Amino acid sequence: MGEVASQTLLKKGAEASLYLAAWHEKRVVIKARLPKKYRPAELDEKIRGYRTVHEPQLMHEAKKAGVPTPTIFLVDVKNAAITMEFVEGKQVKQLLGNISKKERQELCVKIGELIGKMHKHGVIHGDLTTSNMILGVEGKIFLVDFGLGEKNAELEARGVDLHLMKRALQSTHYQFAEECFEAVMKGYSAVLGAEEAGKVLEKIREIDRRGRYVAERREEA
Amino acid sequence: MKDPTEVCCLGVESTADDFGVGISTLKGEILANASSGYIPEEGGIHPREAARHHAEVADTVLREALSKAGIKPRDLALIAFSQGPGLGPCLRTGATVARALAAYLNVPLVGVNHSVAHIEIGKLETGAVDPVTLYVSGGNTLVSAFDSGRYRVFGETLDIALGNCLDVFAREAGLKHKRGMPLGAALEKLAANGEKLISLPYVVKGMDISLSGLLTAATTLLRKGECRLEDLCYSLQETAFSMVTEVTERALAHTEKKEVLLTGGVAANRRLQSMLGIIAEEHNARFNVVPREFATDNGAMIAWTGVLAYTHGAVTPVEESFVKLRWRLDRVDVPWVK
Repeated sequence: MGEVASQTLLKKGAEASLYLAAWHEKRVVIKARLPKKYRPAELDEKIRGYRTVHEPQLMHEAKKAGVPTPTIFLVDVKNAAITMEFVEGKQVKQLLGNISKKERQELCVKIGELIGKMHKHGVIHGDLTTSNMILGVEGKIFLVDFGLGEKNAELEARGVDLHLMKRALQSTHYQFAEECFEAVMKGYSAVLGAEEAGKVLEKIREIDRRGRYVAERREEA
Repeated sequence: MKDPTEVCCLGVESTADDFGVGISTLKGEILANASSGYIPEEGGIHPREAARHHAEVADTVLREALSKAGIKPRDLALIAFSQGPGLGPCLRTGATVARALAAYLNVPLVGVNHSVAHIEIGKLETGAVDPVTLYVSGGNTLVSAFDSGRYRVFGETLDIALGNCLDVFAREAGLKHKRGMPLGAALEKLAANGEKLISLPYVVKGMDISLSGLLTAATTLLRKGECRLEDLCYSLQETAFSMVTEVTERALAHTEKKEVLLTGGVAANRRLQSMLGIIAEEHNARFNVVPREFATDNGAMIAWTGVLAYTHGAVTPVEESFVKLRWRLDRVDVPWVK
């Protein structure tokens, strides 16, 4: 990566480190999946390699479905590093608690629409948390971090994807998890149709029940 | 010997195969931690058989705990019991013992959440204050951290628990549960002699994991008989532990906490300890692992959590002391954590 002038660490995540760099006079993010010492090297290389190859492919697929994702510039499989567009904006995670209820509803409906578009196109994100959604300066919501995603149009995969969204809301935004998830499903339903969304919702309930110790949730459902 | 001015809490644990009685002072000094485990002739835990075992050993274990602590029943100020989650017949047996004791001694009764207790004993024994906890046992696999009044669940298994996955595989491989040598320990020993990493499904979904496919794949290979058992044990452990370690690291990066706590029965596994130690170090967090005695289900953790709950206003009237088989960790208020 000789073209990279300088790079500063933006965030050291669990799975990868994000660096802000200049590349051909553009501000870019380099996402580097560093080796994980805790797991055997051959397993580690397999996982990092697989995710580095699949993530850009899925981001591209999502884009085709009308879901904003950062543009990919370079994929360095050997070093498990992806160079992509730097998206200026705010993480939805930071926003959600600092906006009015109405704004929150609107934002979540939009997020649901994006998930719907993505699912309709057969793309599963695999890690739908509010940290992986960026509200760009132009008002577009970008989805990032497709490392755990897959191409899959099955009901089960859609259900798990949204189940994760629900769980992420419950653990990080428990004060308004319910209203947010309802709004997400509203947007989702608007794209996929009420019938399909209903099926997914039923699947989510089934996935909930498959987990451990969920009687109270079962009663609610 | 205990200070006679000090009053104690007795905790009864009986969520699964262990019947345990622990005694803690109100300051968190563990005076006794007695237990008796039910070991099935074959197969996994039969809930009714386990409950029968618990009923049979209850008085012996109680006596043992009281004698170890060097106290008389009248020194008890509080009775705590594991109210859930767990196996119905087992929970009910423990609850019955606890209700009888509380009524006889005329002291308050406190129902304790078993998962909360695993976290609290880990904190008490290691000095951890606000950790990201990986709680792994035969019945539970979850990643949790405290936020606003409760232990929130950041990640968990979407199907079976880690200990369950390892135990079922070990039984399929013909390993036997012996006293002092649980199935997981037997598997760990074999895994230590593994050399070749066999490719098995690695399923991480966000901060959740799925282990049932991994178990099926490993047992299928086992039945085919083409792989060395040591290699299979090694590969199963490496794959499953890498998955839970990955999600724990995700929770650690997400919450930015400065401590990691490993608790529950599978916490006794050295390999898992070393993996979690590595991610803690990478995130400049202090790594804590619950001592082996308190890793498996035990009465001491129930006694101590009972103290915490009671001193923060919780009591469980007998009419509300029914067991809760599926009582989730994130449904419990923990006002003693700030």
